[in-house]
Amino acid sequence: MSFDSDIVIVGGGLNGPALALALAQTGRSVTIIDSQSRPVLEGAGFDGRSYALALASKRLLDAIGVWQAVADQSEAMLDIKVSDGRAGEGAGPFFLHFDHREIEEGPMGFMVEDRFLRRALLDAMDAEQNITQMFETRVVAQEVSPTGVSVTLADGRVLNAALLIGADGRSSGTAKRAGIGRTGWGYGQTALVACVQHEHPHMGIAHQFFMPPGPLAILPLPGNRSSIVWSETDARAQEIQALDDAAYLDVLRPRFGDFLGEIGLEGKRFTYPLNLTLANAFIGTRLALIGDAAHGMHPIAGQGLNAGLRDVGALAEVISDAAQRGEDFASPQVLARYQQWRRFDTAALAVATDGFNKLFSNDNPILRAGRGLGMGLVNAFPRLRRGFIREAAGLTGDLPKLLKGQRL
Amino acid sequence: MQRHQSTVDDAEVAKFEAMAAEWWDPNGKFKPLHMLNPCRLDYITRQIAAEFGRDLAADAPFDGLRILDIGCGGGLLSEPMARLGASVVGADAAEGNLPVARIHAAQSGLEIDYRHSTAEALAEAGEQFDVVLNMEVVEHVADPLAFLSACHSLLTPGGLHLCSTINRNPKSYAVAILGAEVVMRWLPRGTHEWSKFITPDELYELLKNAGLRPVDKKGFVFNPVLWSWSISDRDLSVNYVTASLRD
Repeated sequence: MSFDSDIVIVGGGLNGPALALALAQTGRSVTIIDSQSRPVLEGAGFDGRSYALALASKRLLDAIGVWQAVADQSEAMLDIKVSDGRAGEGAGPFFLHFDHREIEEGPMGFMVEDRFLRRALLDAMDAEQNITQMFETRVVAQEVSPTGVSVTLADGRVLNAALLIGADGRSSGTAKRAGIGRTGWGYGQTALVACVQHEHPHMGIAHQFFMPPGPLAILPLPGNRSSIVWSETDARAQEIQALDDAAYLDVLRPRFGDFLGEIGLEGKRFTYPLNLTLANAFIGTRLALIGDAAHGMHPIAGQGLNAGLRDVGALAEVISDAAQRGEDFASPQVLARYQQWRRFDTAALAVATDGFNKLFSNDNPILRAGRGLGMGLVNAFPRLRRGFIREAAGLTGDLPKLLKGQRL
Repeated sequence: MQRHQSTVDDAEVAKFEAMAAEWWDPNGKFKPLHMLNPCRLDYITRQIAAEFGRDLAADAPFDGLRILDIGCGGGLLSEPMARLGASVVGADAAEGNLPVARIHAAQSGLEIDYRHSTAEALAEAGEQFDVVLNMEVVEHVADPLAFLSACHSLLTPGGLHLCSTINRNPKSYAVAILGAEVVMRWLPRGTHEWSKFITPDELYELLKNAGLRPVDKKGFVFNPVLWSWSISDRDLSVNYVTASLRD
């Protein structure tokens, strides 16, 4: 089979372009396909979405040449404060404080708005001659053989490649067409996401308040602005989302507190139903899944994109190593290395995030006491705390080279 | 008549295709070789790159090099070498392996010159190579010195000879014969004869007597926890590899 490009990536969101860049930079030719048009992907103004990039993710973006373009529009997360509370009662007596000065690597992460990150990735792809971009194109069929994969587009064109990557989100068509099923469950909760302007500076501090209906995260953006991720039961979230901005703020205020002064809304408001969906396999014949296509995760700790970028780092490294050894980089034995590397890590994180949420989204007085005690213990033992900080910064586990900021 | 002929060929081709699929199935009959292969390839590619000043990150880094793969089997080493741009001859004394290797190379879009031959016969024919890969063969031959002498004469001056085999000690008996053949059944019983295993010192002596200059030796170590192989500077107790040069 003669190939139009080495690798076809379906999905032009964030993980797809990041992987395209990492692969192209090691000499692979890549075609990236997305059903949306480029202007839609680029977006016009700020729409309220932003990402908490772990330090390791920032290093990956640095290594693939994207970080410079967003550095000026990012906000370093210097501290993370975690507390337990009830709406209207303020923060509980016990809280966790993670300070980046306790680890030598620097800030734990960076807040970057969706519009800047998306744009930087698209611009970097424009400058890369090994990447062919195909927007407003849908994949309608895919066929694999032991020697290659053929992808049929809606307009009838057929692309041949050695490897197909599904970066097409939690309802991945690529996975479905390959017959890869999913396992998942909902939490009966929905995340409300918005950008909040506030009177006082946030000093680079991220807050996580655990409250009975679900957690509220307040994450520092450039200027006197923060991104909030606020979880409520599904029904309650729909009610709140239906309110106008003034009424929405009335519900938010007692939860948010007044430590940042007066608050207002900026940009659109979003809701995301919280559920976990894991693909039953991350690989198939000449196929690999990355990001939400492999593991659609609860965004509670900002780990969705970070986990996706770990997939990017691991898959790019496995492919690059195999190619340098002369192996067929899309062969089953090579792809198995990617799955082995990522699967345990992903399942552990998903279960941990799930357990974390269940533990804290609960008004059971015994659990509440347990939470306070647990937080007190973590605070009392610096080694345990540093472990949490490294985990939050994405610095634990068997890190792909790109996530250490090393080029392949 | 012609029609009958082609039917026979089709049946033969189907048989060899099935055998090729078996050779290349990472969980099939040759699973131990597939598990060891990335580790062997890391050693081979780095040695060749270092010896001939090639950059493995470049496109077709082995372009212009002529490489012989002795005991090529289904082509597990020949194909990677061809993919890296080398001009490859794969030789195997077992005739049945060759159509299998040829079919898989064609499926992979690679051009490899597979021959039913031996090191001795190729040397006699005056063939010359920049690199001779002699992996997991020497423990199976009747006269190791004659065999290594043939490898020596197959090399151009400055050529590189990579030779891996299995050490001879109680541990290698336990691991390579009891472990791999009897307990795990990774290999058919009788694949290896322990008395034919060679210690690194013995191999260095044999290489020198064959006119080669040994320059490196490393161990291939299996980690049963990670279930993978790695290269070791110190542990040559079971599987190991050597690099030697024809001056």
